[in-house]
Amino acid sequence: MGNTTTHADIEFEMPAASKQSVSVSVKDLDLRFGSLQVLKNLNLDIHEGEFLVLLGSSGCGKSTLLNCIAGLLEISDGQIFIKGRNVTWEEPSERGIGMVFQSYALYPQMTVEGNMSFGLKNAGLPKSEISERVSRASEILQIEPLMKRKPAALSGGQRQRVAIGRALVRDVDVFLFDEPLSNLDAKLRADLRVELKQLHQRIENTMIYVTHDQVEAMTLADRIAIMKDGIIQQLASPDEIYSKPANLYVADFIGSPAMNLLKGVVANGTFTAHGVSVPLSGYDFEKPFEGPAWFGIRPEHVAIGDAANASDTQLTVKAEVVDPLGSDTLVMARLSDERFWLRISGQSKVKIGDELKIGFSAVDASLFDQSTEIRL
Amino acid sequence: MAVTDAGPATEVAKRPSRLFKNLASKIAAVPMVLVALVIFVGCTIWTIYHSFTRSRLLPAPEKWVGLDNYERLWGENRWLISIENLAIYGFCSLTLSLTIGFVLAALLDRKIRFENTIRTIILYPFALSFVVTGLAWQWILNPQLGLQNVVRSWGWESFAFDPLNNAEIVIFGILIAGIWQGSGFVMVLLLAGMRGIDEDIWKASRVEGIPAWKTYIFIVIPMMRPVFVTAIVIIASGIIKVYDLVVAQTSGGPGIASEVPAKYVIEKMFFSQNLGLGFAASTMMLLSVLVVLIPWAYLEFGGKKNG
Ligand SMILES: Nc1ncnc2c1ncn2[C@@H]1O[C@H](COP(=O)(O)OP(=O)(O)OP(=O)(O)O)[C@@H](O)[C@H]1O
Ligand SMILES: [Mg+2]
Repeated sequence: MGNTTTHADIEFEMPAASKQSVSVSVKDLDLRFGSLQVLKNLNLDIHEGEFLVLLGSSGCGKSTLLNCIAGLLEISDGQIFIKGRNVTWEEPSERGIGMVFQSYALYPQMTVEGNMSFGLKNAGLPKSEISERVSRASEILQIEPLMKRKPAALSGGQRQRVAIGRALVRDVDVFLFDEPLSNLDAKLRADLRVELKQLHQRIENTMIYVTHDQVEAMTLADRIAIMKDGIIQQLASPDEIYSKPANLYVADFIGSPAMNLLKGVVANGTFTAHGVSVPLSGYDFEKPFEGPAWFGIRPEHVAIGDAANASDTQLTVKAEVVDPLGSDTLVMARLSDERFWLRISGQSKVKIGDELKIGFSAVDASLFDQSTEIRL
Repeated sequence: MAVTDAGPATEVAKRPSRLFKNLASKIAAVPMVLVALVIFVGCTIWTIYHSFTRSRLLPAPEKWVGLDNYERLWGENRWLISIENLAIYGFCSLTLSLTIGFVLAALLDRKIRFENTIRTIILYPFALSFVVTGLAWQWILNPQLGLQNVVRSWGWESFAFDPLNNAEIVIFGILIAGIWQGSGFVMVLLLAGMRGIDEDIWKASRVEGIPAWKTYIFIVIPMMRPVFVTAIVIIASGIIKVYDLVVAQTSGGPGIASEVPAKYVIEKMFFSQNLGLGFAASTMMLLSVLVVLIPWAYLEFGGKKNG
């Protein structure tokens, strides 16, 4: 797959009112482990107060990028700026960052209070200042009753709160999170996610957050950077990533179940695949195109039953699999020999083998060039 | 309620007796328990009992003499020197091999190149027996063959380094060999412990700007406490047993300047045919171990029982 970074979008993507100064800037970053090139010529600008999520599958280099920004890895080439200062060769502690790790990385022999104050003591801050910062952070994170405990006597969620507190007391501009919620169970993860979002709204620092969890990314992020093989595939708001994926990889990666993809040809303003033909008059082409293409439509953009009458294309399919999720139900059908997922209301009673009338329009769809896999 | 982890033959619906739970492993442990009871405890009691008798070549349980052997022991210059030597050797050997071993481990832990090679070289001494180590260092410290000769041949004619023939410092000559052997072992043990420490702990401390030495002292060493305890126990037991190193290097000389308790015990028992005195000496050694061990075990395990 080609390099499909879409820097062009970034500039007009930010609404004019909230156009802020750049907080973290990564320029032409290369990182190699021996002969293995993990990050390739990576460019990224993060605005002040922004919550940026690095999202990608395992091994794509998210943690590596975060560690480069933190200064924990020596970069092979390129430059890193934080608050306009070139920090490429500075120690992590001098960069004005705080970091939170997946494994919490608390100092096990120290109390919660000790964990939060050790770095400050080491930096030679006056006692009154230290206790002020620690009590402020513990108040924000609601860990005051735990201050005298050791990490072993805390639950996972409490430990991660302490770890966040340890970053918070540093009073820095940029916070880095490396999958901070991955070790928690689903319920706790959802709770802490909301708390993180509130924390960001309250302290308004720049935050860079690594995850491979789409839900976390979509809910927390101001912008998401989707990475694959050390290259940023798309950098945009969650909404844009979802509705206008920049390439086939992003389209397939985001959304559960994934976007339905049909392989066919664009010709004379119509997309044609085996047994399907969609008029493309409603589709917003980046530039005129004819030739082999992928047609992608999200399950929730497929109308069912009478609602399908308003769509450009109407078909009848047979339900092969029915997955009730409670709030809604996923139905798998087959279209043009491909699996085709539909999302319908949890109330509707669909059984395997039922014939369903469906419809969809090009307005909601995404088209990708088959050779370059870039959005059309 | 069916309990399924009670072994294969007990597919019954009632709770099996606790005695038969894990029966196979209990049976397997019996020989070990017997060995521990009969050999360790039994022989210890036997030894202590006979230390109050006038046993010569053979144990003579009927010749009870009370504390005579102990009085004689503590009146003997050779025993006093042995104890003093053990104290010096033990203290220096423990602190130095722990310090050197830790520093070496910390250096290797910093991901230097050729780690495997260096580790092997440093660990080699531990693979050798004390006798070989002792002989090797006897040569190295021998004025005609070893270090002194080499330095003199470089042109420093007045250089004198002959610890093994100087009664004042002979124990330090033995100490060198002991540390050479011990610190490699400590290093490997501590290195394994250090490698077990989460990489993220190091990252966190770097982000907080805590210097590496402080991270080692305040974070890593406290986390490695169990490894340190293991290392100390192994080294300490080696120190108390030190015998072959002395025999190979100095045979206790010059005079009786490098005698150690273990050597005293063995010679009293097998060469001077004075079992009673030998047993009294070994009882004293056991006592000194217990004096150290009991408070430690109390601190280590006593507190946690209540928790
Ligand atoms: N110290 C290292 N030496 C060599 N290769 C490494 C090293 N650290 C990471 N890599 C490689 O770099 C690539 C990216 O690793 P990275 O840890 O950044 O992935 P990630 O996106 O954070 O994945 P995950 O979601 O699993 O944490 C992987 O292919 C990994 O094997
Ligand atoms: Mg990672």
